Amino acid sequence: MASKPRKPSDIGPRIPMPEQPAAERVKNFSEVALGFSRDDAIAEAERCLQCKKPLCQKGCPVEIDIKEFILKVAEGDMPAAYEVIKETNSLPAVCGRVCPQESQCEGMCVLGKKNEPVAIGRLERYVADTFMASDACEEITGTHACALERDDLKVACIGGGPASLTVAGYLAAKGIKVTVFEALHEPGGVLIYGIPEFRLPKGIVARELDGLKGLGVDIVTNWVGGKTITIQDLQNEGYDAIFIGVGAGLPRFLNIPGDNLVGVFSANEYLTRVNLGRAYDFPNHDTPTFRADNVVVIGGGNVAMDAARTALRMGSKNVSIVYRRTQDEMPARLEELHHAIEEGVEIKALCGPLSFNAGDEGKLASMTVQKMCLGEPDESGRRSPVCIEGETEELPCDMAIIAVGTRPNPILLEATPDLELNRWGYIEADPETGETSMKNVFAGGDIVTGAATVISAMGAGRKAAQEIARRLL
Amino acid sequence: MGFKILRKQELIPGQTSLLVIDAPQIAKKAKPGNFVILRNDEKGERVPLTIADKDPKEGTITIVFLVVGKSTAQLNTLQEGDEILDVCGPLGKATHIDKQGTVVCVGGGTGIAAMHHIAKGHWEAGNHVVAIIGARTEDLLLFRCELDGFCPEVLIATDDGSVGHKGFVTEVLKDRLESDRNVTEVVAVGPVPMMEAVAKTTKPFGVKTTVSLNSIMVDGIGMCGACRCSVGGETKFACVDGPEFDGQEVDFSELKARLWQFKEQEDESMGKFKKECSCHGK
Ligand SMILES: Cc1cc2nc3c(=O)[nH]c(=O)nc-3n(C[C@H](O)[C@H](O)[C@H](O)COP(=O)(O)OP(=O)(O)OC[C@H]3O[C@@H](n4cnc5c(N)ncnc54)[C@H](O)[C@@H]3O)c2cc1C
Ligand SMILES: Cc1cc2nc3c(=O)[nH]c(=O)nc-3n(C[C@H](O)[C@H](O)[C@H](O)COP(=O)(O)OP(=O)(O)OC[C@H]3O[C@@H](n4cnc5c(N)ncnc54)[C@H](O)[C@@H]3O)c2cc1C
Ligand code: SF4
Ligand code: SF4
Ligand code: FES
Repeated sequence: MASKPRKPSDIGPRIPMPEQPAAERVKNFSEVALGFSRDDAIAEAERCLQCKKPLCQKGCPVEIDIKEFILKVAEGDMPAAYEVIKETNSLPAVCGRVCPQESQCEGMCVLGKKNEPVAIGRLERYVADTFMASDACEEITGTHACALERDDLKVACIGGGPASLTVAGYLAAKGIKVTVFEALHEPGGVLIYGIPEFRLPKGIVARELDGLKGLGVDIVTNWVGGKTITIQDLQNEGYDAIFIGVGAGLPRFLNIPGDNLVGVFSANEYLTRVNLGRAYDFPNHDTPTFRADNVVVIGGGNVAMDAARTALRMGSKNVSIVYRRTQDEMPARLEELHHAIEEGVEIKALCGPLSFNAGDEGKLASMTVQKMCLGEPDESGRRSPVCIEGETEELPCDMAIIAVGTRPNPILLEATPDLELNRWGYIEADPETGETSMKNVFAGGDIVTGAATVISAMGAGRKAAQEIARRLL
Repeated sequence: MGFKILRKQELIPGQTSLLVIDAPQIAKKAKPGNFVILRNDEKGERVPLTIADKDPKEGTITIVFLVVGKSTAQLNTLQEGDEILDVCGPLGKATHIDKQGTVVCVGGGTGIAAMHHIAKGHWEAGNHVVAIIGARTEDLLLFRCELDGFCPEVLIATDDGSVGHKGFVTEVLKDRLESDRNVTEVVAVGPVPMMEAVAKTTKPFGVKTTVSLNSIMVDGIGMCGACRCSVGGETKFACVDGPEFDGQEVDFSELKARLWQFKEQEDESMGKFKKECSCHGK
C-alpha cells in the first residue's frame, strides 16, 4: 500500500465506526462505539499516506510511532503493531478511546488538511483490543509474567491513576519493584470513578491493570497518602524513589445561592456514585443516587458530557448542558459532544448560572441563568462571554450537576510541607524530569498541571519514570 | 484480603455494636477525631465511622455503630473472625488538642463512643475532662466505664431519669457552665439536633464549641463534595476540612436537609435487605 506516494485527494472518506444506535444506547451502559472489525481496521490503515514527515507523531504527547504501527495494521500484523504502540504507551486501549484526538494526533495528520484525518485513535483501540485478547506479556517475552530482576530497588507511586500506572509499567518492565498506593477501593483513578462504562468499559481498565500485575507491580488499595502513609514513612521504609500522581480532585462549586441544596451535585459525586459505586445497579449495589426527570449540567468539557449522558442512562427525561460560551468553544472531545447531542442532550449555550432555587420541600426546583453573548477576544484569543443585561431564564430542574473543574486535593500536600507548590496550589515539578522540591520525589499528571488529559498525565509519568530508571539503574 | 473483626460486642442487642478490627497501619496513625470509611463487601457503599479507640501495639481500631439502614444492619451480621472488605483511614482532620484547662465533652447515643476518643485525647494532654453523656434510658448509655476510667467527672442525663438527671444533656451542660467559669471548650458528638442544641446552650457563655459533623460521604478524601456543609457562610468539606467545626458557625438546618437526601433509596435498600435476610437466613 505505502509503496507509491498518494495524494490526499485520492483517498476515500474515513471508515465509519460502528456504534449502538442512539435510541438503544441511552437505555444501557454498554459501550457506545463498538470498534472496528479487522477489515475496517485494515481499510482505515490503508488510508494513511505513510508521510515522509509524519506530523501525527508530533501531535501525540507520548510520541507513538503512529506511521509505523499503522503500516503494521495495513499489513495485517497486529502483534507487531501492538509492539510499536507499547513502546511508548502503556495504556493503548484506554487512549484509543479517550484521547482528544482532534486536537492531538489526528489534529496534526497531514491527510486532515484536505481530507479527513486517519482515524488513529480507533486504530490504536483496535490493535490494543485485539491483541489484549491474547496475553500480551506472553507474546512479547515468551513467558506468562515478565521476570522480576531487581528486587533490591523499590519505587512507590501514590495514587492509582494513569500517571502512576505509567510509571509503574515503565519501571516494572525494567525489573524494578513498584508498589502503587491507591486511596479508594479500586485503582484506575478517573478511568474508574470518572469516565463512564459506556465510554470506557471497566473491563478494559481491569485488563490493563492485570497486565501491570503480571509485570510484578503491587497495587494496594485503601492507602491514603498523607494519612495512612506519608512520604516520610515511605522514605524510611527504603523506597528509592516516590512518584506522586494523586490527580486534581477537589471539585469546584459555583458560589451562587443554593449551591448546597439537595439535588445539586458535583459531577465527581454523581459520576463516582454511578461508576465506582455502580449506582446504575441500585439496589443490587448499595450506593444510591436519586432519579430526576429534569437535569441541568453546568460546564462544557468531557466531565459535563459524561455527567449528562450518564443522567440520560439513569432514566432522566430532559437533560440540558448549560455553558457560558458557545458550542464551538466547548473543550469536550468532539465525539462526545456529537454523541451527547445525538442522544438528546440539549445544549443551552451562552447561559451563565445565577442561582439554584428551592421548591416547596426545600429541594432544588429550578435554576436561574443569565443570558450572555460573546464579546471581544481576550489576551488568550478566546472571545469571552458578557452578560446581556436583564435577560435571565429560569430552567426547571430537580437535579443539577456541576462540572466546572477541580482544585488540588489538599490531603497529601498538607501532610508534606516540604513539597513546593505553584501559585495555583499544584505541585511544582521539573518539566523535564518531574522531580519536585524534594529529592527523588517526583510528581506528574493532574496534580501538577491541573485537570488535563489521560495521555498528558501518562506523558508526565513516562518522563518521571525515565528519570527514575536513569538514576536507579 | 479484608480486615478481620477480632472482637465483637453487642452493646445494645440489634441496635449498637462495637467492633475491634485488625488494622495495624490505621491504628498506628489514628488520632482522636479521625474516622474510617469501610465497605462491607463488593457491592457495599462506603460508610464513614468514627474511630472510637485504637491500640497501636495490638494494631487494632475500635468502631461503635448504630444500626440505621442497610449498610449498618449488614455490618451487624458480621461476627468475630469475619472480615470487612475495605477499611480506609484514618481520615479527616484530627481534633485540635492542647493543654487548656477544663474541657466538657458531650456525647449523645452512639456519639458517646466517638466522643470517648476525643475526651481521652484531651485527658492525655493534661486537661480536666468533664464528660456529659445522655441516652433515652440507663441501658443505652455507652462507654460509661471507659469514661469513668479517666474522666474525673462523668455527668449523666437520661430521658426517663433511670439514672442521673432526668432530661437532656444540654440542661446538665447549662448548669455546669453557669457554675463553672473555667470551662475553656465544649466538644459535642451525637445526633444533629443534640449538637445544634449544645451550640445554642453554649452561645451565651461564649465558650468555644466544637461539633463533629456526620454529613453523608462518598470518597472521604475530598474528591466529591457530598459532605459539604456551610460553616460561617463558607462551603467546607467535612471529610478534609473537618469533621469538627465551630458549632456556632455551622448551618445545622442545611446539614439536616442534606442527611435526608437519599431517604427513599435508603428505605428501598433496607426493605430489600430485610426481605433477603429473612428468606435466606435462619
Ligand atoms: C469525568 C471525566 C472525564 C474525563 N474524560 C477525559 C477524556 O475523555 N479524555 C482525556 O484525555 N481525559 C479525560 N479526563 C481527564 C483525565 O481523566 C485526567 O486528566 C487524568 O485521569 C489524570 O490522571 P492522573 O493520574 O493525574 O490522576 P487521576 O486519574 O485523578 O488519578 C489519581 C488517583 O489518585 C488517588 N488519590 C488521590 N489522593 C490520594 C492520596 N492522598 N493517596 C493515595 N491515592 C490518592 C485517586 O483516588 C485517584 O485514583 C476526564 C476526567 C473526568 C473527571
Ligand atoms: C465522619 C463521620 C463519622 C461517623 N461516625 C459514626 C459512628 O461512629 N457511629 C455511627 O453509628 N455512625 C457514624 N456516622 C454515621 C454513619 O456513617 C451512618 O449512620 C451510616 O452511613 C448509615 O448507613 P446505612 O446504610 O446503615 O444507613 P442509610 O440507609 O444510609 O441511612 C439510614 C438513615 O440514616 C441517616 N443517615 C444517612 N447517612 C448518615 C450519616 N452520615 N450520618 C447520620 N445519619 C445518616 C439517613 O437520614 C437515613 O434516613 C458517621 C458519619 C460521619 C460522616
Ligand atoms: S495516545 Fe492519544 S494522542 Fe497518541 S496516538 Fe494514541 S490517541 Fe493519538
Ligand atoms: S500524518 Fe496522517 S497520513 Fe501521515 S503518517 Fe501520520 S497518520 Fe499517516
Ligand atoms: S466525602 Fe467526598 S469530598 Fe468529602
